[in-house]
Amino acid sequence: MKLLVPVKRVVDYNVKIRVNPDGSGVETSNVKMSMNPFDEIALEEAVRMKEKGVASEIVAVSIGTQQAKETLRTALALGADRAILVDATSDPKQDIEPLSVAKILAKIVAEEKPDLVIAGKQAIDNDMNATGQMLAGLLGWGQATFASAIEISGGSATVTREIDGGLQILKVALPAVITTDLRLNEPRYISLPSIMKAKKKPLEEKTLADLGVDLTPRLRIVHTDEPKQRSAGMRVGSVDELIDKLKNEAGVLS
Amino acid sequence: MTVLLLAEISQGHLVTDHVARALSAVSALGEVDVLIATDQGGADAAAQAAKLRGVRKVLLCEAPCLAHGLAEPVAALVKSVAEGYSHIVAAAATYGKNILPRVAALLDAMVISDVTAIKDGETFERPVYAGNAVQQVVSSDPLKIFTVRTASFQPAPEGGSAPVELVSAPADPNLSTWVEDRIVVTERPELTSAKRVVSGGRGLGSKENFDAIVRLADKIGAAVGASRAAVDLGYAPNDWQVGQTGKIVAPELYVAVGISGAIQHLAGMKDSKIIVAINKDEDAPILKVADYALVGDLFAIVPELSKKL
Ligand SMILES: Cc1cc2nc3c(=O)[nH]c(=O)nc-3n(C[C@H](O)[C@H](O)[C@H](O)COP(=O)(O)OP(=O)(O)OC[C@H]3O[C@@H](n4cnc5c(N)ncnc54)[C@H](O)[C@@H]3O)c2cc1C
Ligand SMILES: Nc1ncnc2c1ncn2[C@@H]1O[C@H](COP(=O)(O)O)[C@@H](O)[C@H]1O
Repeated sequence: MKLLVPVKRVVDYNVKIRVNPDGSGVETSNVKMSMNPFDEIALEEAVRMKEKGVASEIVAVSIGTQQAKETLRTALALGADRAILVDATSDPKQDIEPLSVAKILAKIVAEEKPDLVIAGKQAIDNDMNATGQMLAGLLGWGQATFASAIEISGGSATVTREIDGGLQILKVALPAVITTDLRLNEPRYISLPSIMKAKKKPLEEKTLADLGVDLTPRLRIVHTDEPKQRSAGMRVGSVDELIDKLKNEAGVLS
Repeated sequence: MTVLLLAEISQGHLVTDHVARALSAVSALGEVDVLIATDQGGADAAAQAAKLRGVRKVLLCEAPCLAHGLAEPVAALVKSVAEGYSHIVAAAATYGKNILPRVAALLDAMVISDVTAIKDGETFERPVYAGNAVQQVVSSDPLKIFTVRTASFQPAPEGGSAPVELVSAPADPNLSTWVEDRIVVTERPELTSAKRVVSGGRGLGSKENFDAIVRLADKIGAAVGASRAAVDLGYAPNDWQVGQTGKIVAPELYVAVGISGAIQHLAGMKDSKIIVAINKDEDAPILKVADYALVGDLFAIVPELSKKL
């Protein structure tokens, strides 16, 4: 079984982001960048499938700038066999919309013919939570989003999904698209030898012209602002004072 | 402009609060039709939706493949009735987030997730970077497709009496099959619509200790929430998680106990009206967003609070 794992390069989740005061966006130069945490989980799941003998090959794909090669090297170090960079923009500030990403991935799927695509449920920069579902729609494949457990057998995947109120288990015929939730697994640390080995693994580059996808965005970002800040609160000294404030000042308890 | 609102169905029932909030979010855009997709017993859900004020008509589709809200058949249904609408929306809960991006791809439109404000028919606000920035976007798609964050809108009231129209189901795409739902049925208020929420974090130390949070919540009629750390450690079930990747809540009162206030957690609760933080660490970031902060040992404070309330 062949697996395709799309990985996005995003501002590291530990970075306290800064919004440019002119409303032009979020400051991304000189900040630490990493693989989107959900994609790390997707890749870890793929590697575990390979270790169990369920999967035979893992292809990681990233769509973005040349810098996304770093993310792909990380993917190779984590255990992907090959990597594909789709060089889609030279502007690191341009975020490529999920619809375009899904269209590009659909082209890659047509070439690579994977049995399963495992994507993250959401990119932690744009917080869209859309690409996997869109890709499944474009391909006419089944989808299982927000996965916290995956089992492959007999040409289908049984997936436990995290939904409001609890869990849903469904069985989806392969090929399919699965998106990962946080509790699916805990990604391993990358060892030094695997970083060295990753340098020898193939990393192929494609251009948009190769794929023939129109990237014209459907959404125009007018401006990006800081969220409303909360005004500073107060310290209370005791439980009695807290209850008094909640009842008589805030009026949220009676 | 006419809006199609995909109603959220859970265990065969209308999730009225989410539908009512999505409805009030979009009612300024024009007339709103509500689409209900279910296998059977849809008449009750349809009757409930028809009562919401601002609904023009309810479209009801009952078919075996629509049971359990599987994305592929529901998305195919939405596509089949999409003609003539200017906007297609759903609440930004797991139901809508699973289905609407697929619908958008089928209709060659971009989906706009988690809309928190609607400026006009094509201009929307949505948070990015875990709520640390807010984007205003203008959509050039002829058909706009988006999910709305329920915590940002008040529910539309009852008092309507819209007609119910039956629509036929598309062919079953037969791509996935439902196996089982493991839904916890509870008497407690639902997290995303509760007026009060009490949440616990890693500071609770164990599943047994977490019961103190549940007791406090029950005492004041609150829903129970948790940080991701508390969920990962098994103190609380996953659907209690509040945050960037969990539930977004904006109750009148949010009490955070033994939670440090990581940005991913704040993303899910910082729009609460009143925030109370109980933490032993003077420097915990949660104290910076709290209206009332009580610094001290939660194991002393929480029982005292439960007793005195
Ligand atoms: C991609 C991604 C997504 C994430 N999404 C979410 C999300 O949706 N929601 C979420 O919550 N997290 C999320 N996280 C995790 C987040 O970064 C934090 O790790 C998590 O919120 C920490 O949980 P906590 O505050 O319970 O634990 P900690 O940070 O360990 O804090 C525990 C707190 O308890 C206090 N404490 C300990 N003992 C006591 C005592 N006896 N009395 C009083 N106080 C005490 C401590 O002072 C401390 O402040 C995400 C992380 C990533 C990478
Ligand atoms: N530019 C990209 N390159 C590779 N994968 C991506 C890209 N954008 C999104 N994805 C994948 O789609 C998932 C969901 O992203 P989003 O829909 O943007 O929240 C991510 O976790 C990735 O797996």
